[in-house]
Amino acid sequence: MSEDSSPSSAAEDVGQPTFSRRLLLWLAIAAGFLATLAVALPFVGYLFGPVRRNRIRWVNLGAISNFPKDQTRLETFDNPLGQSWDGVTAQNGVFVRYLGLDASNKDQFLIFAINCAHLGCPVTWFPQSGLFMCPCHGGVYYENGEHASGPPPRGLFHCVWRVQDGNLEIQAPHFPTLQNTLKDQG
Amino acid sequence: MKWLRALGNWLDARLKVRESIMPMMKHPIPRGAAGRMGWWYIFGSASLTLLIVQILTGIGLALVYVPSADNAYESLLALDYEIPLGWFLRALHYYAGSGMVVMVLLHMTQVFLFGAYKYPRELTWIVGVFLLLCTLGMFFSGQIMRWDPDAYWGLGVAAAMVGRVPVLGPSLVDLLLGGPIIGADALSRFFALHVFIIPALLLFLLAIHLWLVLKCGISAPPVAGQKVDPATYDAEYEKELKTGVPFLGEAAIKDALVSALAVIVVVVIAAVVGPKGPTDPPDPTLANVNPRPEWPFLWLFGLLSLSPAGAETFLMLVFPVLLIGALLLVPFIANRGERAPSRRPIAVLTVIVVVTLLGILTYQGATSPWSPRMQAWSGDPVPVRIVKNSTPMELQGALVFQFKSCRNCHALDGVGGKKGPDLTFVGTRLTRDQLIDQVSNGTPGGGDMPAYGKQISPAEMTVLAEFLTSLRPKGQPPARTAIAAPGKEQQK
Repeated sequence: MSEDSSPSSAAEDVGQPTFSRRLLLWLAIAAGFLATLAVALPFVGYLFGPVRRNRIRWVNLGAISNFPKDQTRLETFDNPLGQSWDGVTAQNGVFVRYLGLDASNKDQFLIFAINCAHLGCPVTWFPQSGLFMCPCHGGVYYENGEHASGPPPRGLFHCVWRVQDGNLEIQAPHFPTLQNTLKDQG
Repeated sequence: MKWLRALGNWLDARLKVRESIMPMMKHPIPRGAAGRMGWWYIFGSASLTLLIVQILTGIGLALVYVPSADNAYESLLALDYEIPLGWFLRALHYYAGSGMVVMVLLHMTQVFLFGAYKYPRELTWIVGVFLLLCTLGMFFSGQIMRWDPDAYWGLGVAAAMVGRVPVLGPSLVDLLLGGPIIGADALSRFFALHVFIIPALLLFLLAIHLWLVLKCGISAPPVAGQKVDPATYDAEYEKELKTGVPFLGEAAIKDALVSALAVIVVVVIAAVVGPKGPTDPPDPTLANVNPRPEWPFLWLFGLLSLSPAGAETFLMLVFPVLLIGALLLVPFIANRGERAPSRRPIAVLTVIVVVTLLGILTYQGATSPWSPRMQAWSGDPVPVRIVKNSTPMELQGALVFQFKSCRNCHALDGVGGKKGPDLTFVGTRLTRDQLIDQVSNGTPGGGDMPAYGKQISPAEMTVLAEFLTSLRPKGQPPARTAIAAPGKEQQK
């Protein structure tokens, strides 16, 4: 209590550090350290929250009968990986090409992310020349997604898809990059 | 007036502002820095003045702007078209920001040329380098606030670059975007960067920068032969200040005048040119977008586009670090010796080379001839001059040429894409066989031209070759292969 400490005793305290004063100092340092950690750890954990993997959401792109054989189409959908307040940015697109039935009578699709493998810009499909072209640095891909020319180090990113009850479904694509492609997240 | 002075005196008797601020304002500076050479010293204060305009207009914009992915675009439109003078605040925020980048760069160049970073002002320079980075960081994050396709794909390019970092890439992309896709989380993050994090850092560094200017003093204009020697500099500088003049005088008047002019210039530009964008909504499925970085980054866009593919990742990730490191090392490489530009040819040459390089790369970035023109195949018709006297085969070939989007990369009469060579007179350069080879196989080894072999039917190829070989000036024969007849000695 402040009333207990007279001016003279305060002056004495400053002169010679007693055991209890040193204890108090260490206590203050330890408490400060603990308090810092108590704030810093959850805060850093919060900051690193977005680093997470394996979020699988399937998106229905409609009945497979909607996809004519050997035609590439831009299909748009609301990406469920985002937030409800994403607005128009939630609207993502993928290029879908129906390849028909394979040898074992299963439907086959080619599905590409819209993003160029070079720096992520949106490629455009030119059906007349059967090429995807990127407006940024002129990366070009063939209709099967393979790299045709320009700076991209690889072909277009393939989306994971499945046919469920006659509907084409894809794993909702994240923003694909060279080391984090759209391979199966499962 | 008398009352006002009395009030001022009453306040200052308690606040004691005068006794702490006036000595700072009146601190002596070298006589030379206040004279005619003082006109070189105005870029720093002009940067500061424009920063104040940025803070003011930034707060103004924050009163209306909604940093949410679903409403940001609409709030920008409201600022542009509905809220009185909202358009002006947006325009001023953009052009004062641009002016600030210009002033910071000029300030840095002047300090470099005058050797003002040498002893004892090394730390002032280092803090200045970080202030430049903060300014550029504000520019990039500010572009994201303009929530349009340029902002969206700017984030995409940044994420794709960061994603190339070995091992950590994918995690860094998640941290940058705040989530798996470009959207609400990314905008909120960059809003926090633009409004809280970078400004706080910038103001903190600025305080240190100004503190250092006061403590180390303003450098005298350089004189050839007057070398900086850390052992004697302090005493010499002190001696120089004996004949110095207070900052609050001729020097401050120059600063005030130029700052006022800088503000007037950006206000006039803002009022005449108006706000920049937003262009379209940030819809990632919109076709025909043409993402471009803001002008301070066009040189990097140019550099990355013109570099060989093998050097790309290095240029994206390592080169910027080396560049910043080089800037930070400047005062340690040469913190003594001559300061006058006339005695420092390498320094002058460095400035000339760097300015020329940045200028050329910025021009290249602005015109970006490497980008295909995505609408040229349907938007730019084959010039009538070329097809006026064409045969039906050639006309059919011209159609194939347009239809196969050749035009996106190849110009005719200078109109069309600039990625590939202009084909106006290709018939004089390549023979029919060479043309067919080029179109079928493209550039060998996955170069600039895709192989059209599988995309084009034999009939289409025939008429296309017919059209291309016809592309010659009047009266000029088609190209021939330069093979000497067998058995004959080669001439020359």
